[in-house]
Amino acid sequence: MSFAALFHQYNWDEVKASIYAKTAEDVRRALDGPTRTLEDFKALVSPAAVPFLEEMAVLSNRLTQKRFGKTIQMYVPMYLSNECQNICTYCGFSLDNKLPRRTLTNTEILKEAAAIREMGYDHVLLVTGEANRTVGVEYFKRTLELIKPHFSHISMEVQPMEQEEYEELIPLGLNTVLVYQETYHEDDYKKHHPKGKKSNFEYRVDTPDRLGKAGIHKMGLGVLIGLEDWRTDCFFTAMHLNYLEKTYWKTRYSLSFPRLRPHSGGLEPKVEMTDRELVQLICAYRIFNGEVELSLSTRESEKFRNHAIQLGITSISAGSKTNPGGYVVEPQSLEQFEINDERSPAEIARMIADNGYEAVWKDWDHSLA
Amino acid sequence: MLTIADKTFSSRLFTGTGKFSSSKLMEEALIASGSELVTVALKRVDITDSSDDILSHLDHPQFNLLPNTSGVRTAKEAIFAAEMAREALETNWLKLEIHPDPKYLLPDPIETLLAAEELVKRGFVVMPYIHADPVLCKRLEEVGCAVVMPLGSTIGSNKGLKTIDFLEIIIEQSKIPVVVDAGIGAPSDAAKAMELGADAVLVNTAIAVSQDPVKMAQAFRIGVEAGRMAFEAKLAKPLSHASASSPLTAFLDEL
Repeated sequence: MSFAALFHQYNWDEVKASIYAKTAEDVRRALDGPTRTLEDFKALVSPAAVPFLEEMAVLSNRLTQKRFGKTIQMYVPMYLSNECQNICTYCGFSLDNKLPRRTLTNTEILKEAAAIREMGYDHVLLVTGEANRTVGVEYFKRTLELIKPHFSHISMEVQPMEQEEYEELIPLGLNTVLVYQETYHEDDYKKHHPKGKKSNFEYRVDTPDRLGKAGIHKMGLGVLIGLEDWRTDCFFTAMHLNYLEKTYWKTRYSLSFPRLRPHSGGLEPKVEMTDRELVQLICAYRIFNGEVELSLSTRESEKFRNHAIQLGITSISAGSKTNPGGYVVEPQSLEQFEINDERSPAEIARMIADNGYEAVWKDWDHSLA
Repeated sequence: MLTIADKTFSSRLFTGTGKFSSSKLMEEALIASGSELVTVALKRVDITDSSDDILSHLDHPQFNLLPNTSGVRTAKEAIFAAEMAREALETNWLKLEIHPDPKYLLPDPIETLLAAEELVKRGFVVMPYIHADPVLCKRLEEVGCAVVMPLGSTIGSNKGLKTIDFLEIIIEQSKIPVVVDAGIGAPSDAAKAMELGADAVLVNTAIAVSQDPVKMAQAFRIGVEAGRMAFEAKLAKPLSHASASSPLTAFLDEL
């Protein structure tokens, strides 16, 4: 069964109601069990778990160290293009935003890559909008060939593609693909994505299956927090993860939980998630799944990130630019969203060391695949 | 003394280098452990850079490097990674780890056997990480592996010797050294493995993630030594039956 088929057996409102109906006893059972089910996950993200937050944090810290040790992986995004045929109500690169569009050329990509290497990075995340004619599979093939010699791990966060297209990119050095569902609330999804290929909910929700079939090494899931009830959206993320782990058992998984940030488009979050609630979510994900990687970007504040690495996070970015050419080629171009923590990678590495962890710059090698 | 291929070891505690909060702390802990064989993940070290942080902290005469292939999923990938490691780190020793399952990191027995056979032909000293499967151990011995490294429980789990019944069979049958790898959570687990007759143990997480890795490394050193001494001194076997104080067959002496 595909995930879409499984997903359609669920009803958003019923799931939401069942999360809010969880009790302190349900939370206690979830915390005590040696393993946790999706029902346990509901309890851990429910309002009933709020009084258990410190206990959840201690457990999350312990489970994370058991698996990942006292290490934090470092990565950084490289925005290749802000061209986009989609309208997304929350995004600075949305088609209806008037801004100069640009896509990096080969020479510019190499300049940006060199600047990123200079900061110490060996793991790069390539980001684009969705403009299949100019920034399609041929562009990605060229880019991978260009930058593979410079990085030991390459991730991509771009438009969803066909299985065959992923199969073409993987041998060229593509290790990881991030594809965020944004929201699992189908009606709301359509409201936020009124135009472009992205408006097709089914195609997006099917993407992790296509990636799994293509044999991708690692994939990242998540929802954009602020669009809908985060507890329900994150339950569906956890369910998606569960399904994928069982179906594509050779693939590694990571989760992200970006909170909506100010950008040039200006949509205000419909649902606010407090810092306390974000901590609850991080701990809930970890307690539910001891092996999944949890990633935190520069969207979050200095103070939050200083503490979050003790709570279950396994990878973070630093010194990020969210505009194409942002490192050296054209630092003044418009950003996708404002970053919140502006510290340099070296400063972040020091903060990590002060917390008793080691920043890891390299955790993969071309020779391994 | 333990001999593997061309090397002899006075320490039977092998160690890993992952999960430490800093390379400096790793170095101190490994020195305290007395270990003479330390495994490094090819995926973590920059083999093109001689000043790599991990490698520079392992630059001590007593440390023999054991590159591992952690991260590969097939025999083909493992062989490629092994050749890279041999060239860059100038050692033909190899810890062969093939785990296509990234969740529990359990080893693939079929790919491991295929890779081991080929790597032995290519001149590697092959130390395969495998499930505690006695038949697989014999097959790996037959293709020329230097040791077998069966797991006590899953990697990083600290659950101890969950596979003990099979480890006993492996130790009984093996003609090559048996190194119990993975899952050893406490010095008592290490001591137990050595009492059973394992030739060595490999420990990483339990040292790296403890509150005081240097002290924990010393504790494992002592645990391994105690277990080995007990094995050599021949442990008294626990009796599975009671002995009656008035023997039932004593009357036979009087007949």
